[in-house]
Amino acid sequence: MKKKLLSAVLVLAMAAGAVGCGGSAEEAPNADAEGSAAEADASDGELIKVGIINNDPNESGYRTANDADMHAMFTPENGYDASFAYSLKNDEQIAAAQKFIQDEVDYLLISAADTAGWDTVLQDAQAAGIRVILFDRTIDADESLYAASIVSDMDAEGQTAVDWLASQGLDEYNIIHIQGVMGSAAQKGRTGALDAKVAEEDNWNIVTQQTAEWNAEKAQQIVQSVIDAGTEFNVIYAENDDMAKGAVAALDAKGITHGVDGDVIIMGFDTNKWALQELQAGNWNYDGQCNPFQAAYIDEVIDTLKAGEEPAEKVIVMEEKGFDAATITADDVENYGI
Amino acid sequence: MGKNKNKTGSFMGIFRNQIFIPLAALLILALFNFIMDPSFFKITFGYNSVGNPVLSGYLITILDYGSELAILAIGMTLVTAASGGQDISVGAAIAIAGSVMLRVLCGTNSRPETLQAPIIVAFLVGCIVAMLFGAFNGILVAYFRVQPMVATLILYTAGRSIAAWINNNELPIISEPSFGYFGGFIPGVPIPTPFFIAVGCMIVTFLVLKFTTLGLYTQAVGINESSSRLNGLNPTFIKFFSFVLLGLCVAVAGLIKVSRLSTINYSVIAKDIEMDAILAVALGGNALSGGKFNMASSILGAYVIQFLTTTLYKFNVQSDALPAYKAVVVIVLVVMSAPAVREKLSSFMNKMKTKKSGAKEVSM
Repeated sequence: MKKKLLSAVLVLAMAAGAVGCGGSAEEAPNADAEGSAAEADASDGELIKVGIINNDPNESGYRTANDADMHAMFTPENGYDASFAYSLKNDEQIAAAQKFIQDEVDYLLISAADTAGWDTVLQDAQAAGIRVILFDRTIDADESLYAASIVSDMDAEGQTAVDWLASQGLDEYNIIHIQGVMGSAAQKGRTGALDAKVAEEDNWNIVTQQTAEWNAEKAQQIVQSVIDAGTEFNVIYAENDDMAKGAVAALDAKGITHGVDGDVIIMGFDTNKWALQELQAGNWNYDGQCNPFQAAYIDEVIDTLKAGEEPAEKVIVMEEKGFDAATITADDVENYGI
Repeated sequence: MGKNKNKTGSFMGIFRNQIFIPLAALLILALFNFIMDPSFFKITFGYNSVGNPVLSGYLITILDYGSELAILAIGMTLVTAASGGQDISVGAAIAIAGSVMLRVLCGTNSRPETLQAPIIVAFLVGCIVAMLFGAFNGILVAYFRVQPMVATLILYTAGRSIAAWINNNELPIISEPSFGYFGGFIPGVPIPTPFFIAVGCMIVTFLVLKFTTLGLYTQAVGINESSSRLNGLNPTFIKFFSFVLLGLCVAVAGLIKVSRLSTINYSVIAKDIEMDAILAVALGGNALSGGKFNMASSILGAYVIQFLTTTLYKFNVQSDALPAYKAVVVIVLVVMSAPAVREKLSSFMNKMKTKKSGAKEVSM
């Protein structure tokens, strides 16, 4: 009897565990409930069913803004019945995609965690007549497997930033380069441009090149380590705003000046609102945009597909800017801050 | 002769003492750095950007960043000793505690001009919430007898989402400078505050272990649950209580973490810190299967881990390779503490001992 009770409790605990997992990794079950409720509202069934696979919205301010943008666009009012699935893991995302295919969605929108491993599931989607639209991230699969891909050009983002840095005309560039999660598209693009420039120019040196995995705390420790070693540097090139913030905290602790008129140039990416405010205050020098607002582009593509046409271009690159502390305006902070 | 024997006894005692393991690791690391680059030990005096005096250097960095880990190691040691398992949810629990503190400080506005509540209130609320989550783990482990690692897996997976939900997924930023003191420097004091907080925790822990029966009871439960029950202890409550205490440690560590940057990032704050905390306990020579423990050893173990991390950063080891180096430490520890190896070692030691005393008798 006691054993039975124990096992019952264990099962309950496991169930609780499963719910716990659902909370963090994959909110598909909840989202499904939402989806079917929406369906019930519009009983005529005219809604377009979309399955949206995204990364965890808590990952960064970028992702939060991106997810909010998606939620704002794909509503029953706009004619959509949307289900959401979140994961930072590729295999969980693929599993979610398979589930959406079984649920017979009309469109599958994917922001892939990793570039590889999507072929099979996209072929399944094609066989089921589901059109796939990639957003934010590209994947290594045949172009015929998806209808369109709406992306940021990370290489261009990196190039814009490096060009801006070159225009500062320093005698010597001693750069602390803080990278994002290795292998991510953002890391590759933003690193690539800088690496190329450093290889090209004699007066551009990398003091240290480390990944802080988008983590402010790690960035702080990396910069702290360079300061402790007593190495000279005058540029911090952080591949996102959080890491730039961590780097600046390490500088502040040591009394090293930074930003406009400071000793160290601070560069970040992603245009978080607070980061643009730092720019406005002159604490940082540059922030590169990574446009999270893809929903409007996707909506347009779906309209085109619905009309029986194909989008003019398979790869749609969004417009992105770089902001300089010297020229940024309050309007920029309002319009582009995420 | 008797005197001689005593001497060898105390000499061997150092080796057999638990604290020898982290101490040896620390010495090896220190020696390595000394040989490679003695400037590792240089400490310089300067002023930070608001004009306060600060000390800096690798050693200060170790004391600074190792402190959260040391605080967590205190709680983790108790949990390990009592339950014979580990809590893998401390990183997620730090995210929750930190999120709660920021929520209390910010109110509904994520970018407040002034604090909505005194910091101490926020900290206490954070403590209560963290202890409640600790209690949740404790109930599962102590009353429902779920394996600790499985029980805490629930919070490990769900914790960061809960943390994000507490602040409506916003990223609060505190502009009040006094909040930054806990993870930085108090004006006029050149030593990082986290170290003082850690020392405070250590003193409290030391006093509690010295003047209460907590340590004794915890070890008794860990060594043999049924015989401690027969002796009038309540093993269930003691296990439960160890998780609540870990919750308190989590709240203190969480305060330091969110104070460092005066903000929080739910998905990366205190990432993988649970593994470091467990490693600190193991490095302290404590059996991960519970029972006897040595608190000082665990705390030293925590600083040794930070020493290792800082050393690797200094030598520009790619930071995503850090876990691999820590894995090597784990392998060495596990092999060293395996019964087969231990037996070999102790028989080897005994042989040495008999040889030595034999030689002495002859010389006398």
